[in-house]
Amino acid sequence: MKTSDLILQTATKLILFLIVLFSVYIFFAGHYTPGGGFVGGLLTSGAILLLLLAFDMKTVQTILPFNYLYMVALGLLFAIGTGAGALLFNTPFLTHAFGDIHVPVLGELHLHTATLFDLGVYLVVVGVTMSIIQTIGGDE
Amino acid sequence: MINFLILPILIPLITGVLLIFANKSIMLQRWIAGLSAFMTVVVAAMLVQKVKNDGVQTLNLSNWDAPFGITLVSDMLSALLVLTTSVVAFACIIYSFKGIGEEREKFHYYAAFNFLIVGVNGAFTTGDIFNLFVFFEVMLMSSYVLILLGGTKIQLRESIKYILVNVISSALFVISIAYLYSVVGTLNMAHISVRLSELSGISQPGIVTIIGVLFLIVFGLKGAIFPLYFWLPGSYYAPPVPVMAIFGALLTKVGVYSIIRTYSLFFFEEAGYIQQLLIVLAILTIVGGLIGAIAYWDVKKIVIYNIIVAVGLILFGIATMNQDALTGSVFYLIHDMIIKAALFLLVGLMAAIAGTSNLRSMGGMIKRYPGLGWTFFLAALALAGIPPLSGFVGKLLIVQGGFASEHYWGAAIVLMSSLFVLISIMKIFINGIWGKPRAFENEERVPYKKLLIAPVILVILSVCYGVGADFVYPYISQAAETLTNTNIYIDAVLKE
Repeated sequence: MKTSDLILQTATKLILFLIVLFSVYIFFAGHYTPGGGFVGGLLTSGAILLLLLAFDMKTVQTILPFNYLYMVALGLLFAIGTGAGALLFNTPFLTHAFGDIHVPVLGELHLHTATLFDLGVYLVVVGVTMSIIQTIGGDE
Repeated sequence: MINFLILPILIPLITGVLLIFANKSIMLQRWIAGLSAFMTVVVAAMLVQKVKNDGVQTLNLSNWDAPFGITLVSDMLSALLVLTTSVVAFACIIYSFKGIGEEREKFHYYAAFNFLIVGVNGAFTTGDIFNLFVFFEVMLMSSYVLILLGGTKIQLRESIKYILVNVISSALFVISIAYLYSVVGTLNMAHISVRLSELSGISQPGIVTIIGVLFLIVFGLKGAIFPLYFWLPGSYYAPPVPVMAIFGALLTKVGVYSIIRTYSLFFFEEAGYIQQLLIVLAILTIVGGLIGAIAYWDVKKIVIYNIIVAVGLILFGIATMNQDALTGSVFYLIHDMIIKAALFLLVGLMAAIAGTSNLRSMGGMIKRYPGLGWTFFLAALALAGIPPLSGFVGKLLIVQGGFASEHYWGAAIVLMSSLFVLISIMKIFINGIWGKPRAFENEERVPYKKLLIAPVILVILSVCYGVGADFVYPYISQAAETLTNTNIYIDAVLKE
């Protein structure tokens, strides 16, 4: 019997963006409210997992052509780089900097390098989760 | 540069990450791994010199003051251990070029190796008890990868045991830290020490002793002391030779270092009970290891049981708690890291040539491989502690300290252990290297000369370490001084 996943796939197309948006929101809200890189990353990989459930692995690989292992390494580079940046200014490792910066379109923003560290965490979490899922689900 | 003492952790960490990107080209991986390992050695040597000149180095990460942030502390002991780790890692990387096989190199072998070094160097350097746990996990996770990489049947079986034991001991570690935290309310090691010395005398020392014993169980599981070493012989037998060498040289020593650190810093006030316990366990560890070392006819097993003997010896020196024995322990600890790595590499080379690690089917290697034979002979003598070589001074000081503290039985067993260690290692020499030359099937395929470079470097170092004992003694005694006089450590961290 041929099955059709029409409802699941259509619902996924809608819900996917909501989950991704929510995960980005959670990621940026981490400094003042519960959230941060770890949960944000897990939510994003949850969204990709939903995509995997609704479609098959090949389709998802063409939609998101990432090498997740490199994503882990990139995340680590972000995190280490933020820490090691302190070495350039001869302050202790992992010393963070912050300040109000004028960004052309967005105006005055209060930015903190801890966000970059969190971005590293985010990438590592997405990369690791997706690597695990892809590796286990991969060979059938 | 104030960040100097983090470099031995940072360099392997960055290298590990870069190696993930470089996984396509094996040559590129080898170059990156080799160069960065060499750089780590240089940086670690400079760090030792800096600690020698300027005293204990501390670094408050993120610029938060001592008890509130994470502090990294390099006193002489940790700086020396970091240097030794880097040297051993460098030798094992060189051996891996020819010894590990391209199949494994393709699957992130060097990356996992570098993360292991991050964990070990970090555990030696950190001044925060929970951070110590994290670095233990970094080290253990990488060791899980390394023990499993390749996926042969024996590796799969033994890695299950290894991971099970270590997950349980890590859980116990967290529980012990939780108990300690609820008693003292701080995680910084120097601050814990201050708080504990305020506590003792007023209120319940009972809970502190219990926590001390809990820590002993945790670090005993990691460092393989008497009733807790059951997992080690099987697990260390499984992985390929360079991995075995790095495990044998480094992993148990991190447990031993943690025992040294916690007992000199936290529990010295309640010395009585814990000290007695530690002495008994150390002696039983020596005896247990000796029985194994004598019993087996498998070259790898013999060296593996010799690790346990060495752990017992070092712990006995720590437990007697006097200046001589502590100096001896530190001396022996460094000697043992170098010589165990060298022995594993040599024994692995013999096994690779013979195609089996069974001693009964080896023999007569000195005819065709004189370099291997004589290097092994030197390493064996150094292991047993024959006077001009490196094992001697450490063992002498441990025995001296044992007699001075009137632990006559213990000191006698330490002396006796040398004899049995010599018997066990000479058994390999007599049966494997002497005797009638035989033809081995595998010998054509083993790049013997290139593989010999790494163990030769280590054995030369070990000989220099023994002959130049006068030169290294000031460093070692400075290391032992921070152990007996904890105020040096505490003042350096808390800046009082």
